Amino acid sequence: MEPILEVKDLHVSFSVRGGEVKAVRGVNFTVGRGETIAIVGESGSGKSVTAQTIMRLIPSPPSMIKQGEIIFNGQNLLAKSNKDMEAVRGKDIGMIFQDPMTSLNPTIKVGKQITEGLIKHQNLSAADAKKRGVEMLKLVGIKNAEARFNQYPHEFSGGMRQRVMIAIALSCQPALLIADEPTTALDVTIQAQIISVMKDMQQRFGTSIIMITHDLGVVAGMADRVMVMYAGEVVETGTSMEIFKNPQHPYTRGLLRSLPRIDQRKDEPLVPIIGTPPDLIKPPIGCPFAARCDHAMSVCEKIDPAATHLSDTHMSRCWLLHPMAQEVTTS
Amino acid sequence: MSQPLIEVEGLKKYFNLGRGNILKAVNGIDFSINEGETLGVVGESGCGKSTAGRTILRLYEPTAGSVRFNGTDIYKLSPSKMKAMRRDMQMIFQDPYASLNPRFTVTDIIGEALDIHNMAGSRKERKKRVEELLDLVGLNPDHATRYPHEFSGGQRQRIGIARALAVNPKFIICDEPISALDVSIQAQVVNLLQDLQKRLGLTYLFIAHDLSMVKHISDRVAVMYMGRVVELAPSEELYANPLHAYTKTLLSAIPVPDPEIEANKKHILLNDEAAGPIHSKDGAPSQDLFNLDNSQLVEVSKGHWVAM
Amino acid sequence: MALHNELIPQADAAQLSPEDFRKIGANEKQSEVIQRESLSAWRDSWERLLQNKLAVTAMIVMLIIIIMSIIGPMISNFDYQTNDLMNTNKAPNSVHWFGTDDLGRDMFVRTWMGARISLTVGLAAALIDLMIGVIYGGIMGYFGGRVDEIMNKFAEILYSVPYLLVTILLLVVFEPSMGTIILALTITGWINMSWIVRGEIIQLKNREYVLASRSMGAGSGRLLFRHLLPNAMGPIIVTLTLSVPNAIFSEAFLSYLGLGVQEPIASLGSMINASMSAWNLYPWRMLFPAILISLTMLAFNIFGDGLRDALDPKLKK
Repeated sequence: MEPILEVKDLHVSFSVRGGEVKAVRGVNFTVGRGETIAIVGESGSGKSVTAQTIMRLIPSPPSMIKQGEIIFNGQNLLAKSNKDMEAVRGKDIGMIFQDPMTSLNPTIKVGKQITEGLIKHQNLSAADAKKRGVEMLKLVGIKNAEARFNQYPHEFSGGMRQRVMIAIALSCQPALLIADEPTTALDVTIQAQIISVMKDMQQRFGTSIIMITHDLGVVAGMADRVMVMYAGEVVETGTSMEIFKNPQHPYTRGLLRSLPRIDQRKDEPLVPIIGTPPDLIKPPIGCPFAARCDHAMSVCEKIDPAATHLSDTHMSRCWLLHPMAQEVTTS
Repeated sequence: MSQPLIEVEGLKKYFNLGRGNILKAVNGIDFSINEGETLGVVGESGCGKSTAGRTILRLYEPTAGSVRFNGTDIYKLSPSKMKAMRRDMQMIFQDPYASLNPRFTVTDIIGEALDIHNMAGSRKERKKRVEELLDLVGLNPDHATRYPHEFSGGQRQRIGIARALAVNPKFIICDEPISALDVSIQAQVVNLLQDLQKRLGLTYLFIAHDLSMVKHISDRVAVMYMGRVVELAPSEELYANPLHAYTKTLLSAIPVPDPEIEANKKHILLNDEAAGPIHSKDGAPSQDLFNLDNSQLVEVSKGHWVAM
Repeated sequence: MALHNELIPQADAAQLSPEDFRKIGANEKQSEVIQRESLSAWRDSWERLLQNKLAVTAMIVMLIIIIMSIIGPMISNFDYQTNDLMNTNKAPNSVHWFGTDDLGRDMFVRTWMGARISLTVGLAAALIDLMIGVIYGGIMGYFGGRVDEIMNKFAEILYSVPYLLVTILLLVVFEPSMGTIILALTITGWINMSWIVRGEIIQLKNREYVLASRSMGAGSGRLLFRHLLPNAMGPIIVTLTLSVPNAIFSEAFLSYLGLGVQEPIASLGSMINASMSAWNLYPWRMLFPAILISLTMLAFNIFGDGLRDALDPKLKK
């Protein structure tokens, strides 16, 4: 399958006083047409920076794209001028953000915010754009769409605003939707609705989705493939089934184990991952997870492990998968 | 059975929003917590759970109702008696970034309570006690002179816990203590809280919106919706046998980290255009989905209460 | 399961020995170590300020002006009030560095004396504004409710009275002097500061760390002086810095109108006023005070902006 997006060896840093925070350190992945890929990781893992770099939304300075390529539909987005990027944003790639309260302009009517992109990118007349806009609002499940079209964002609840954001992001039917923690600020009952709207819209338009989240439950319900990031690196990728049923990286396993399960008894303590992620102003030379890893070996502190491919879709970067590690543990 | 440590009765807290609108954030809740027990309170944003917590600690003055600690009604205490009472009741806050004064060192943050209650005789004694507390919550005492912004979220939350423990409280309200933390850190903090409870015999009121975590830590769970408790039951019972329609909706909405289960799950969706608990001057709620104004908690089986 | 490792440049697989795969386990202590050096919020702001070249230049200019206004009159052989009718309106020369005025008084000494008066008025007015503003605004913000409403109304009423009118009335009642000018400037000048403080306190008092301190039994004094005011200090300092040039300009303006300090005492404004009529013939008499007052205002304003950026980096983005 021809991938729609290909990120190759992406490195992004931020300059801060006292040095350079290496937020993304060599990220590779592809997104296929109509596929949902989830990027999972904790704060500071580089997942949001990766997504915003694809959209070229992070301000520079302080950010610096050190190296890498982002190939979207055969074109390198990193080589594009700002003006050319404007034509890509909204038209070919849509984005929704974490906070529906601040990502809509409070002084502009909701309808206008939807039609803006349609008029700009698709040269629709105002009347046609309005028709499409109302249609989009209906599709994301907003009742009384005609009346709602002329209301301001503050007249919508948080969940409703996120629906509007989805309508705006998908109005030009982009090939790719980047959703950066789209449900984190919402309550669980609203979260369930937003996810079902996103799935529904994906089926209708065949959009590829990059979903950035820290919530493994949301990932399990949405993603075809999962990419686990830690300290700016991709430590494991695989299909949802591979990641949840057969995780290979100790960090992925740790994440899954540290979640309480509904069937777990109270006196059974949770298994946390001890310690704190490394400060990326001075990333460890070896595996970034070594200091928190129960299975750490002396090699882990010295050399960052390379990718081990366990199947066509399943990759993990861990020294435990090295043949020699298995010899040592079995002997 | 012995007397409960905390008894909340008919607690109400209204906020006047002006122009005749009243926010009935907490609209009559009753429950009690036994010594050494953890009562979980779950609900979505705006259900009044945090306001309830703050009102129980008398950070807000109540509109009506009483809170008894060991039989003493804390709302009737004079300011000086209330100050003494604060040594027994403490709070751990949600936001590990906003809950620590950025201009204080860790020593000053934790030592503040000792100063207020004159619990440290000398500077040396104060320093020693702070180091003890840091050690208790698993932080490096060498970092005592650092400022909060230098710590990670999980480390900051431990500082918040150490601060609450400084006065040797009996009862701690944990107000969403883990919701701002990363998944891998949440378990650390929950384990620490459970461990401290065992060692120090603490009683918790654990407020959260993460139902699986609440179930894990609580003996009993109260579900709040629009300022009221709609269901209260032992945690196993609540999850195995939810009775109220809202509890069922809430439980069905929790995403499970398992793609097989998620693929086959049926969500009960709630109409999200229902507005919050803002009442106009005549007291009419904007929308009362579950007819809560005309229902009361009924004990349907031992310890399992539901609004009907 | 097909296992294959991609080659990595640092280490060929062949170089690894079984010893490298000895289990060492997690190292919690190491992962919790804080890498960056310790910085208090104040140090952090100070270092950020030092990186702003424009603000540092402004700060140096400010310091030079302040120092010169103190020692300037002393390093000259002249004094500011002795007339020398043999040497009136002299252009700048090696004896009179800034020339002389129409009464033969040394302009160098008079300019720095004028700067001394202007700066004293500016700093004194700003400090009085600070004291009244912090107390008044602190009470409004902290207690809120009715107290806030009444005090705020009073401030609004006072603010709506034109300050020039108040000043002129004051100067009619009292002798025009430095004290009167300071009084005139502060009678309404503190209101702005009190509103800044009030806004900050209202915002801060619902922060969780303030609640935390209350939950431990802290009283009003501790909350106000240990938690609220120190955290409101950034905007307070910025307002203070920016109110100094304001006061200096107001003083110059009043002096220019003849409502300021009286002869033979000089202020920058009164010197400019006195030189107006002779501008075509003896431009230096206006040039030096005018340059100095512009430089002072510019330096204070730029420094204030730099401080704002340093104390609140969010604004700069």
